[in-house]
Amino acid sequence: MSEIQNTTNHADLAEVFNNDEARVDWHDETLWWIRSKRDVAVNKISNWEVLRETASQIKHNVLSNLNNYLQQFESNALSNGITVHWAADAKEHNQIVLSILEKHSIGQMVKSKSMLTEECHLNDFLEANGINVIDSDLGERIVQLAKEMPSHIVLPCIHKKKEEIGELFHQHLGTPAGNADPQFLTETARQHLRDTFLTRRAALTGVNFAIAETGEFVVCTNEGNADMGAHLADVHIASMGIEKIIPERKHLGVFLRLLTRSATGQPITTYSSHFKRPNKGKEMHIIIVDNGRSIQLGREDFRNSLKCIRCGACMNTCPVYRRSGGHSYHNAISGPIGSILAPNLDMEKYADLPFASTLCGSCTNVCPVKIDIHQQLYKWRQVIVKNGYVPAAKKASMQIMDWTLSSPTAYHTAGKAGRFVLKYAPFMVNNKLNPWYKHRDMPEPPKESFGEWYKKNRK
Amino acid sequence: MTSRERILSAVKANQPELATLPDVDFLLQEDIDVPEKFIAALTAIGGQVVSVENHATIKAFIDENFEQPSRKITTVSELGDIAEYMEDNSAEPHSLENVDYAIIQADLAVAENGAIWVSEDKIRTRVLPFITQYLAVIVRREDIVPTMHQAYNKIGSNDYGFATFIAGPSKTADIEQSLVLGAHGARSMTVFLMP
Repeated sequence: MSEIQNTTNHADLAEVFNNDEARVDWHDETLWWIRSKRDVAVNKISNWEVLRETASQIKHNVLSNLNNYLQQFESNALSNGITVHWAADAKEHNQIVLSILEKHSIGQMVKSKSMLTEECHLNDFLEANGINVIDSDLGERIVQLAKEMPSHIVLPCIHKKKEEIGELFHQHLGTPAGNADPQFLTETARQHLRDTFLTRRAALTGVNFAIAETGEFVVCTNEGNADMGAHLADVHIASMGIEKIIPERKHLGVFLRLLTRSATGQPITTYSSHFKRPNKGKEMHIIIVDNGRSIQLGREDFRNSLKCIRCGACMNTCPVYRRSGGHSYHNAISGPIGSILAPNLDMEKYADLPFASTLCGSCTNVCPVKIDIHQQLYKWRQVIVKNGYVPAAKKASMQIMDWTLSSPTAYHTAGKAGRFVLKYAPFMVNNKLNPWYKHRDMPEPPKESFGEWYKKNRK
Repeated sequence: MTSRERILSAVKANQPELATLPDVDFLLQEDIDVPEKFIAALTAIGGQVVSVENHATIKAFIDENFEQPSRKITTVSELGDIAEYMEDNSAEPHSLENVDYAIIQADLAVAENGAIWVSEDKIRTRVLPFITQYLAVIVRREDIVPTMHQAYNKIGSNDYGFATFIAGPSKTADIEQSLVLGAHGARSMTVFLMP
């Protein structure tokens, strides 16, 4: 098998992030603080576990009846006066957005947070077609100015220091050099984007939940940017993955209670807006996007990943994410959930991601819809190895391990050799060539193996 | 085959065996101390709660506490003498860009999270509660429900073109997790709690 050309893999990118140890500590502590806020909020809800289980079961029902729910949603949305589009993949999604804008001769669009459009690389596509796009969520605006991807699905610029943001604003928005006061910078963004909202004729938003029963969709923000964009524009485009469907309006009660408590520890987002009909004289479009989701639906071991409501709790709690940063996942959705979604899109390109985990299971424990994230990570590893998408070195060492563990003689010899090396020649393993040596010392070798001890001591 | 047909047939072929939709009505039983919890929840997320007797008390509060001169809009007819009364949905959204205060009436409020619910007929112009610099909302004590489950139970199958939960002032913590009130929506939220 030829060696996989994987120049952007998680371990290498994490190593770059880890060059600045103080920043890693800061990143780690910030995310853990958010995780702790989640715990405080969750512990106030006496039947939290019941809510999680209920949400998981509702989503299970959704996945099992998705083709009917999608058609029910479409038919209700149509009778509400919403235009419904279907996009098989990212390319088609982007083309639909462009065609809507072109139909109205619109050259500028304001966008609120939508991880789906990040997945589809919509901004790049539109810019290449002469459309100016401004992201209006503050964090997304910041990474857009920095020409970066969001590093977190809920906190897009969690990796950035305020001084770096101050510098970006100085360059792009003319704020005084050296001013890094969050209050001041937020106010600057408010003024700058207010003008954007007032002058854009098209607004694109994501969708948090789409209700089959009513044909309406819900968009949650803290900043109010989705509403400012959508209500001031002539054309509102909402992009949603097929898995955003929930059956009935009353199910929102379950999901809205779970979403923000899991995400940031708030009891609910500031705004949870329900869009059902376009305003008179205005247009509302929904683009329903597959882009690999129907394939994931067919993977029995991985379909539960489609239950995700994008709260980001799995990232905040993940010891690997916190210390490697969102960009090390080289995918629009990072962290544990990104690592089980991405290989479905491109198993070769994202073969490294299921290995970027300690399998500690913390992600699974905090997931509000009870996705078995760490188990899926473990299962992806097996699928990836079976399909040959692992680096040659890992493959070779796995083969040696396989041979050693299946031959008692080899096993005993290897054990002895290992103990000998650790005792008499520790420099052989305590060096840079051994990745296990990074940030830790190798253990003290035991005097003898359990097998040897047992032989001596059995009666 | 259109993309629609392709997606639907792929979904149908790949979806698991039909699983039952769980009952959620049992969640309605949850009960908490309603107005006190609402006040605590809204205060914790940066809102302000003012207990008032009637519309006259509200007017007195506005007189005393809202900056003058300012552009004030209300959708509550009883306050028509102290603010521009917005009777219907005919206002052009952009014409509201200089509104300082909007005073609206909530359909209901939720104790567990401090959110108020308004549908389009209560706000008249969809953009109003977002574009205003400061938002004030009248909530009747009897309209407060314990949790989101009771909220949706009350909303039922009501028809609206647009409706929203609003919980406190617009906010962001995108810069180093420092909480800043007044992102793109209202900079503050005052709830007038009426008997």
